[in-house]
Amino acid sequence: MFALRTDRIFQWLCLISAMIAGLLMLGFFVQLSLSSVSTWRQFGLGFLVSNDWDPVANRFGALPSIVGTLCTTVIALLLAIPLAFAAALYLVDAPPLLSNILSHAIDLLAAIPSVIYGMWGLFVMVPIMQKHVQPFMVDVLRLHRLPVIGRYIGEYYNGFGIFTAGIILAIMVLPYIYAILRDVIKMTPPVLREAAYGVGCTRWETAKDIVLRYGIRGVLGGIFIGLGRALGETMAVLFVIGNLMDMPEDIFSGATTIAATLANNFAEADCLQRSALFALGLVLLLMSFSIQVAAQYYLHATSARRGESRS
Amino acid sequence: MKNKRSITSRKWTDRLVRAFSIFAVAVAVMSMLWVICTVIYYGHRALRPSFLLNPSRPYGIPGGGIANALLGTIAITFGAALIAVPPAILGGIYLSEYKDRRVICSILRFSATVMMGMPSVIIGLFVYMIVVVSSGHFSGFAGSVALAIIMFPVVMRNTEDMLGLVPYTLREAALAMGMTRTRTTLRIVCFAARRGLLTGVLLALSRVSGETAPLLFTALFSDSWPTTYFSGPTANMPVLITEYATNSPFAEMHQAGWGAALVVMLLVLTINIATRLLIRGQADGH
Repeated sequence: MFALRTDRIFQWLCLISAMIAGLLMLGFFVQLSLSSVSTWRQFGLGFLVSNDWDPVANRFGALPSIVGTLCTTVIALLLAIPLAFAAALYLVDAPPLLSNILSHAIDLLAAIPSVIYGMWGLFVMVPIMQKHVQPFMVDVLRLHRLPVIGRYIGEYYNGFGIFTAGIILAIMVLPYIYAILRDVIKMTPPVLREAAYGVGCTRWETAKDIVLRYGIRGVLGGIFIGLGRALGETMAVLFVIGNLMDMPEDIFSGATTIAATLANNFAEADCLQRSALFALGLVLLLMSFSIQVAAQYYLHATSARRGESRS
Repeated sequence: MKNKRSITSRKWTDRLVRAFSIFAVAVAVMSMLWVICTVIYYGHRALRPSFLLNPSRPYGIPGGGIANALLGTIAITFGAALIAVPPAILGGIYLSEYKDRRVICSILRFSATVMMGMPSVIIGLFVYMIVVVSSGHFSGFAGSVALAIIMFPVVMRNTEDMLGLVPYTLREAALAMGMTRTRTTLRIVCFAARRGLLTGVLLALSRVSGETAPLLFTALFSDSWPTTYFSGPTANMPVLITEYATNSPFAEMHQAGWGAALVVMLLVLTINIATRLLIRGQADGH
């Protein structure tokens, strides 16, 4: 009798512990909504599309932060996805020892704390961007004179800004996308790939027409995981983006992201500004939540076949 | 269609892609080495015994170190582990062992997975409202709570996965011997999976010990020893690095920042690599 009762109690204890996950998730939404009520009451949904941020006049708008977040994320993914896919493609077929060592090396990229990326970005990347990369892009290649995309590449540069932040984010999200793509490629049944080689496909044709098509949902899931990482990254971006609350004009201009704005302004904010920061937090929460849901939707179907090697 | 393309052009495309693949691996590995070497290069000059043994001091006072921040980080991280690990393992046990409420299980599993991808800055905001505002002051404890929230879903999902690997026959044997469900779970299943559980906890620890953003909202920083863990701002490494690198124009502070970065990086990478070796050892052992 006693034993049965302890079993009961233990099971309830476990259930309650597991419930914490759900309660916390719910708690994030409730808490951030409650704390940002006065912002939504004052500005309504106009908060999302207004671009002034004037703590003195108590006027706040989220657009510059949202645009900055989206721009850095897009640059990061444009750089990281092809690199991650190519690296995974090569390492899956490489000799086991080589592939093992290099895979671990890439995984280590994810273990380095983001504040160290930030410091490296500030003291190493920014000077290099300012003295070498950006002058090359502007003065030698004259990219800003190009039609259409030239509009988004500025003439003036100082090393800080969206572009630099995007590059550092790309390095940071690369291991996450890589880890999932590696599993997706491994999950393709060998018989499919062998058949493709058998009819005379090259490695690249096999990869793009067979492996990519077979694992497209897993690939999308991996991209969404990378997207979620890039969107919420705070410290590395904070160090190199320049932290200007204006609308960015081009990819070399200083800007801000939602996460950087939160970390940068929270200490000195009060009343309405603090509420506006919570509203920004809510926007970020909604964005990452929907991205994570999308990632899980795509990864769910493949998770059984990929095994549980994803951490 | 495209099949008209000549064999030469197809072969050359393939070679180009292959070259790009090798380039991609090189970019990834080189960036890793570049970051690590930069930190070692700038950081090793700061590493003197006095740097490791003295507390941090404001600019201008000589002999500043990082000892208080190091102790603070250790206190905050282990505090987080104490808060997060027991419920996370119990939660993992529920998801893996008690499958009678499938809907609840899948909802909880889903929220844990989604939580693993939440930006840490949001968790900082959340804990600021829950702990800092309600207690009226910043504290190292609030930092522990924030890091615990980051650790929780990682340990919980890992526990579930690791317990899932334990063969069913083991449970059946224990139950048939007349053990209660609780005893079977704790003494047999968890014991069999102990190494997996440990690696999960260690990986979660290495992940949070360099985490900065939530600490800016909770633990903040102070130049004193971390005796104020429950009552006031507590020194810690990540915020020290941030302060010294961004809010100070002095080369001396930057130097100290690099030294601190080196210590944090060594700490995180040691735990991380040790855990990987542990996993490898486990794979060989069975």
